[in-house]
Amino acid sequence: MKKYHLLGLFSNFDEAFNAISDIRHYKIPGVSVDDVTLISPIEHPEIEEILGDRGSHVPKFTLGGALFGSTMGFLFLAAAQANFSVQPQGGKPVIAIPTNLVLSYEMMIMAAVLSTIAAFLVSARLLQKRKPLYSENVGIDQVGIEMEVEEKYIEPIKELFREHQVVEIRDEVIK
Amino acid sequence: MPTRDINEDIKWAQINKDVLRSMENPRMGYWVAIGVCLTMLAFAIGAEIYQYNVGMGPSNLNWPHMWDLYIATFIFWIGMSHSGTLLSAILHIIQADWRKPIYRFAEAMTTFTLLTAGLFPVIHLGRLWNMYWVLPYFSDRGIWPNFRSPLVWDAFAISTYLTSSALFLFVGMIPDLAICRDNARGWRKKLYTVLSLGWRGDDRQWRHFRKTYMLMACFLIPLAVSVHSIVASDFAMSIMPGWHVTTFPPYFVAGALYSGCAAIITLFILLRYFFRFEQYMTMPILDKTIKLTFAIAMVWTYLNLIEFSSIWYGHDVIAKELLLSKFNGPYAPYFWAMLFFGSVLPFAMAFEKVRHNIPAMFVISLLLNVGMWLERWMIVTPTLSLSYHPFAFDVMWPSWVQWFIVFGSFGWFGLLFLVFVKIVPSVSMYEVKEMIFHRRHLANKGIAEVMHRRDSDKQSGSDAPGLEGA
Repeated sequence: MKKYHLLGLFSNFDEAFNAISDIRHYKIPGVSVDDVTLISPIEHPEIEEILGDRGSHVPKFTLGGALFGSTMGFLFLAAAQANFSVQPQGGKPVIAIPTNLVLSYEMMIMAAVLSTIAAFLVSARLLQKRKPLYSENVGIDQVGIEMEVEEKYIEPIKELFREHQVVEIRDEVIK
Repeated sequence: MPTRDINEDIKWAQINKDVLRSMENPRMGYWVAIGVCLTMLAFAIGAEIYQYNVGMGPSNLNWPHMWDLYIATFIFWIGMSHSGTLLSAILHIIQADWRKPIYRFAEAMTTFTLLTAGLFPVIHLGRLWNMYWVLPYFSDRGIWPNFRSPLVWDAFAISTYLTSSALFLFVGMIPDLAICRDNARGWRKKLYTVLSLGWRGDDRQWRHFRKTYMLMACFLIPLAVSVHSIVASDFAMSIMPGWHVTTFPPYFVAGALYSGCAAIITLFILLRYFFRFEQYMTMPILDKTIKLTFAIAMVWTYLNLIEFSSIWYGHDVIAKELLLSKFNGPYAPYFWAMLFFGSVLPFAMAFEKVRHNIPAMFVISLLLNVGMWLERWMIVTPTLSLSYHPFAFDVMWPSWVQWFIVFGSFGWFGLLFLVFVKIVPSVSMYEVKEMIFHRRHLANKGIAEVMHRRDSDKQSGSDAPGLEGA
């Protein structure tokens, strides 16, 4: 059976949310809210109430980056100091903990920020080819509902969208 | 004067149109500004080439005055960088939505001031080609920098801050760059297609975007504080009179915020006027920024007084002598000017009439930064002119080479900023939409609550306790 990309554009969040709410309550049997992607010009604060909590792994990467940065930063500095015995220490310890803590702190932040960005790029699926169904109006003021559904569900979903004053519907066969 | 931070009735399409319009067809004034900045930069490049060929002699930098305008201006630019990202991050975390129309150019200011500041240690070094020695890199001879030196901390801290601030600025721009991509043609379309990283605004992207932005904001706040504390350590960790002061790190951070806020006011007024952003950069938002600047000015003034009194009552004879010489010595006019611009002039901002007078505020914001630049000069130079040994007492005035390079750095900053505002939206379109959406949403909610309360009042006889039970 053929599969389709379907995009419905709505003029406001309320209509789009009502349409998703109907899908959530299984108005079309076989189609679930997990198939829905909401495309919007801004992030709506109540989006999770409609779509469910889909979570984010970005903070875990941030924590990992911070731990890596501070640990490896300190070890890097300590290794460099231990190997550079030519430098006069003036009776002070070779590995200076207070100063190394300052630099480890900076490296912790650097690694945490870089790993956060890397996690964001991967999790948000950026740097990938965009899906063919996209409307520039989403960047202005319209809200889109995108779905990937089987052919038999196309007409019921379109009908549902129309019930909620959809502005435009686009579909395309997935090759 | 309007009391609302933004007109909540403005159409979202209009926001895109207004902001994208600001990036099109530069007017004559823009090219004149570019010309002025290039001329200023040419002065600096000419002076630097001369200094490079002849050596550091023409700069007048010689023992005991090994540090002068280059280091003072370096601190000035580092300081100015603080308000953009730091305030943006703080206001983001506390959800002060009035930051939304103004944070973009403030964050850009941070990045460009850091790029300007970074030039000064290199210029000051004289042997530019050896700058990389400060970085910890593997070499055949196993040589490492001295990690105990605050100058090495500077290199770590500033490079971390520059990287993080630039990424914070960039991440915040991605949704807007996608809007630019959708509306651009030609080379701009290609540029924005690359820069927007394939953003389409789906819920997955927004979800991770918010988390990322919040996490970065959380890291940038302590980072910004640490950077200027470390710059303060360049001085405070020495044993020089006037520098070996415990309050230097907070004093530097307060001064940094102060000059940054003043610069935000200057750029706010310029962008509002030239790009006709009256609907976004509104008077209530300017008013809030000015009040914030005034508060920080008072903190800075307090820290100055603390420094004076701790030296005065500390009985360190040399430090006391230096403090007195600042008040009545050869640098006294500049020191008094610093106190006037930094501590007295801000009181003008306490008056509503002044705060709402845009030309007056433009002049005041510039003068505040003159005061802040003088502050950095008065930290560096007087100490070196009057330190411990009488044979090292020496009054030094910067040469034309130093003045030209300092002057040109403003041209360099201006040039970067002017290019930025024509390539990237200087007002965040999606955040202004969010601001409008949330305010309208809250307003409707408020009305709904009132309506609901009236409805329930009618029913309260059955469910809610009556007055008798109260």
